[in-house]
This record gives sequence, C-alpha cells and structure tokens, in this order.
Amino acid sequence: MPLLPVRTMNMGLSQTFSKILANLFQKKTSRIGIYGPPNAGKTTLANRIAREWSTGQEGMVSEIPHETRRALRSENITITGANGKSITIDIVDTPGVTTKIDYNEFIEYGIARDEAIDRAREATEGVAEAMHWLREDIDGVIYMIDATADPFAQVNIMMVGIIESRKLPVVIAANKTDLPDASPQRIRTAFPQHPVVPISCLTGTKVEELYEEMIRTFR
Amino acid sequence: MRMQGVQIDLISAERLVRMPSMEKIRLILDLVREGTIVILETGLSPEEQSSLIEMTMQEILPDGFSGIEIESYPSKQKSGMFSRLMRGDDEYRRLTVIGPANQLKMIRRDRDLISAWISSR
Ligand SMILES: Nc1nc2c(ncn2[C@@H]2O[C@H](COP(=O)(O)OP(=O)(O)O)[C@@H](O)[C@H]2O)c(=O)[nH]1
Ligand SMILES: [Mg+2]
Repeated sequence: MPLLPVRTMNMGLSQTFSKILANLFQKKTSRIGIYGPPNAGKTTLANRIAREWSTGQEGMVSEIPHETRRALRSENITITGANGKSITIDIVDTPGVTTKIDYNEFIEYGIARDEAIDRAREATEGVAEAMHWLREDIDGVIYMIDATADPFAQVNIMMVGIIESRKLPVVIAANKTDLPDASPQRIRTAFPQHPVVPISCLTGTKVEELYEEMIRTFR
Repeated sequence: MRMQGVQIDLISAERLVRMPSMEKIRLILDLVREGTIVILETGLSPEEQSSLIEMTMQEILPDGFSGIEIESYPSKQKSGMFSRLMRGDDEYRRLTVIGPANQLKMIRRDRDLISAWISSR
C-alpha cells in the first residue's frame, strides 16, 4: 500500500478526529416546522418558544391574513424538560398554505398599494419556502389546530400526505383552550394515532406539556 | 372572429402516469396561466401538489397571474385523519380540477360532488 505523504495524512487524521469530536459534543439540531391553518396561533407559539428558551427574532401576531409572510426561523433553541432531557431545535414558523395571493386583499385592510405589493410578494415567498422545506428540510412538525373549530376542516390533506410519506414525527397542538367553546377532545378523536396536547399559546396554559411532548417526539 | 369562451383540457390517467412530475407540473401551470381549466383524471401526489403550489407562488405577479384554484374529491374517510392516507397513494390521486384563481371559483365540495363556477377573462 503506498504511503501517503505525512502532511496529507496528518490533515486527514485531524479532520477525521475533529469530525468525531463534533459528532460527540455537538448534538444534531432538528428543524421543527409549525404548520397549520391561518389564525390557529402558529406565530404566537413560535414567539413564546423563542421568548421562553432563547433570544430569537419575533414574528408579528395578527389577524390580517398572510401576516406571517416569510417562513421565520429561530435557530438553536434548547428545550429542557422536567427530567433534564433536552432537545436542540430550529423552529420554523410558516404561513398557512394558500394557492393564490392578490395584493388587493391587503389593500382591503387599508394598506397602501406599494406596501401591499411588497407584502404580497413576501407572502408568496413565504408559502413557497414553507412548501419547499416541508418536502426537503423539516425533521418534525407541530401541527397547530384551533380547538374551537372543526378539526376536519383544518387539516390539509396534501400536507398530511407529505408528513406521512416522509414519516415525520408530529405533535398536534390543540390551541386556544382558554376559549369557552374549545373542544380538545374533538381533536383527540380526529387524530387517534398522534399525541395531541391541549394548550393556550396566549395564556401559556399547559405549554410545559407541549415542551415535554416535543422532547419525547422529536428527540 | 374568435369564439368567446373557456378552454377545458382533460388529461387522462394514462398520460399522467407517463409524465415525470416536473413535466406534469410545468404543463399544468402553463395551461392554467393561459386561462385553461385543467381536469386531471387522476390527481397529483402530495409532493407534486406541493411543488405545484411552490411554483405557482414563484410566478405570481401584481396585476398578472394571481395563483390557482385546485380541488379534488376528498379521500375516503376512515377513523384517523392521518391514518386514512396510509392505505396507498391511489386514494389520494382522485379527479382534480385546476384553474386560474381569477376565473375559477369553487362553489361546493362534497364527498361525491365538486361544483365550480368558471368565468371567461
Ligand atoms: N384566545 C386565544 N387566542 C389566541 C391563542 N393563540 C393565538 N391566538 C390569537 O389568534 C390570532 C392569530 O394568531 P397567530 O399566532 O397570528 O396565528 P397564525 O396565523 O397561526 O400564525 C391572534 O389574534 C392571536 O392573538 C390562544 O391560545 N387563545
Ligand atoms: Mg403566523
């Protein structure tokens, strides 16, 4: 076997060694996407996670459709559970899926034309990213559902199909349990095979249980 | 004089199954952007549909193409929402209608009936 020049061999060795070290000490960061219909509370949750576990950028919570115009990413968030187990994740807050965007919709909310055109363009980019990432990049999904509304109407069959075919781990968050007509049980019945965690992103009720479930499901 | 109206293209299952995903999506988008209503005998896979949406988003322009409308029969319902899709791709791939968002409006979608309104440009 030909001997490698010493320098090359050293470089090769040290590279391998540093790779091993990196694998030993640097835990893999999973990319967790928050998907679900508009207004379910995805951005409210992403902001809460960023606030409670890191110093990340915050998205705009709003009732204006497409307010989450870009898919926002908060990186390297370490969530630690009661038993000391932890996961390190990037949280991706996504806009709801839509197949059409017309800037005139923003004008109807009193936004000036130029600004409306900008917002519409950002919104198209956000949806494109959300689609692309779910197919190629996301390692796990928090599926956010408004517990006050019909769960069947809130599920996008296409997204579920991709989640199933990629075998992505899923946690279902049944949000807005602070409201009187919330029915988390209806959501449990609709998703018998998946963990469903009733929460209120607004008040913070039971979010710890969501964190524990995320640690179990996404580790 | 050209006849007024809307073109409808119905693409057969045989043709769809022969086409690579990207070619299929490009064809649909080109037709829809010209104002054609496209009916697929068998629908797109979830991945294809998501690619179609991604490309649609990339081609939207102010005062131009504003996106698509897409509808198909719901897949047959079983116990769990996620589990009912596990019984193979075939059930997902059902008859699908796709058209330009500014011309095609879905009126009603039931288990066995899709009702749509088409306007000419
Ligand atoms: N009552 C209640 N409202 C909520 C909760 N979470 C979010 N919201 C409200 O729902 C609306 C949409 O929230 P947002 O996070 O922007 O939804 P997104 O479209 O899924 O990102 C806002 O008015 C939020 O304040 C919750 O747990 N309870
Ligand atoms: Mg949002």
